Amino acid sequence: MLYAILCYASEDVVCSWSKEQDDEVMANLLNVQEKYATAGRLGPVARLLPTTAATTLRKVKGESVVIDGPFAETKEQFLGFYTLECADLDEAVEFARELSEVNPSGGSYEIRPVSVFNPSTAAA
Amino acid sequence: MTELAWISNAISTARPQAMGALLRYFRDLDAAEEAFQDACLRALKNWPKNGPPRDPAAWLIFVGRNSGIDAVRKRSKQAPLPEEDQISDLEDAESDIAERLDGAHYRDDILRLLFICCHPDLPATQQIAVALRIVSGITVKQIARAFLVGESAMEQRITRAKARIADAGVPFETPGAVERSERLAAVAAMVYLIFNEGYSTNSGEAPARAPLCEEAIRLARLLLRLFQTEPEIMGLTALLLLQHARAPARFDENGEIVLLEDQDRSLWSRKMIDEGLALVDKALRHQKPGPYQVQAAIAALHARAEKPEDTDWTEIDLLYSLLEQMQPSPVVTLNRAVAVAKVRGPEAALAMIEPLEQRLSGYFHFFGLKGGLLMQLGRGEEARVAFDRAIALANTAAEAAHIRMHIDRLMKEGAAKAAAKTAR
Repeated sequence: MLYAILCYASEDVVCSWSKEQDDEVMANLLNVQEKYATAGRLGPVARLLPTTAATTLRKVKGESVVIDGPFAETKEQFLGFYTLECADLDEAVEFARELSEVNPSGGSYEIRPVSVFNPSTAAA
Repeated sequence: MTELAWISNAISTARPQAMGALLRYFRDLDAAEEAFQDACLRALKNWPKNGPPRDPAAWLIFVGRNSGIDAVRKRSKQAPLPEEDQISDLEDAESDIAERLDGAHYRDDILRLLFICCHPDLPATQQIAVALRIVSGITVKQIARAFLVGESAMEQRITRAKARIADAGVPFETPGAVERSERLAAVAAMVYLIFNEGYSTNSGEAPARAPLCEEAIRLARLLLRLFQTEPEIMGLTALLLLQHARAPARFDENGEIVLLEDQDRSLWSRKMIDEGLALVDKALRHQKPGPYQVQAAIAALHARAEKPEDTDWTEIDLLYSLLEQMQPSPVVTLNRAVAVAKVRGPEAALAMIEPLEQRLSGYFHFFGLKGGLLMQLGRGEEARVAFDRAIALANTAAEAAHIRMHIDRLMKEGAAKAAAKTAR
């Protein structure tokens, strides 16, 4: 089954990392992904720009309205995701644990099975 | 990242919110700073032992406030009369933690904290220094290094500025809509000043001053988080990101300035450009243009051009003319002339800037551009005069060196012409 690992953490904290700190974290995270990628199990991975760059389209009384940002008054924001082919939940949890071990942001990883998957052809 | 790095990161991230709330309680900058310092010390002791709190800002506010109240109580025991008025609201002090983290409050808290630094009596450099100290928590030593002055001189400057802020009194009331937007505009201008202070530099100083640009971006993002639907704050943040994206390409290995046209665009930070472009797109949807948005849109056109010759100078000319209407200034016209030279030729550009000579008589870039235009028109003698003026006005060694390069080229061309004449 394909799992999505959704990353939540405080954007304030992550944005305050220096470039060196950020590079270090990214390198460590890449390290974790490597063996999964080699095994052909890792699907698309994305890191998102800050929520301040986000726009939301919402249907209000049958009409689509475009508004700024996700407007979530939450302490943690959705910052990115991984997709990984796993035999069972334990494997997905293990992957998330490995990621969290090298990620100092103190956030959380939501593990969600994927229902529909349409691999895109666009390269970031 | 080490545990200590994580803690110091969390503290500096929480700082504006925590300091803003503590200032609201104590209505006194020194008391707020003291309380915050105390809370930080306790965090350093407590967090490694008990693990990081879920909400570091809330923790620091809670602990800081208690320690601040203790300090006031101790002092009032020694003093003949109790000084209850040092605490904003005693009832407030006993209320539940949830109330303290009221979201609506904290937006105004942070804005107030930034706003008191923009006191109109303070010269711009002092506003910046005091904001970096109070809001960002940057050490005096680091600020002094960024401003290229001694530590004790900077210490004095900040102390004096803080005394003036204290005299002026903290604008404590919750601002109304008009007041809030005025505060926001003043604060945005200060953030822009911080950025420019870091940006106008030469290569030798760049490493010391780059943190100012990064701090300005951090503050702009903070403002944008607080005012998510303000197109001008989107514009400001975009402008800073798009300009800072070029930082790795601004100087060559000899420390010489590399002009926009000659920069290696592969060195530009793609990530910052993407974020900046996304923000410009978002802002423009509001159809409420303002100076930051227009400047960001200009920077976006440069960022979007893969090669210098792809630059849409016609659109840049239009945007500068819009900026001229919003914010008439000879410097804006001077910038517009660069685009005009590309679109309509050096003669039109020269005609545009000549009337500005008196007002820009002390401005390096005026004579640099004038010399360049004259050179393009083949008026070497006049170009030489303008370049000489530019060198005399150069702010940094790199600026002077850049103009000298033009002069050298003129000399060579002159020599070649003379040689050609003799040969004939």
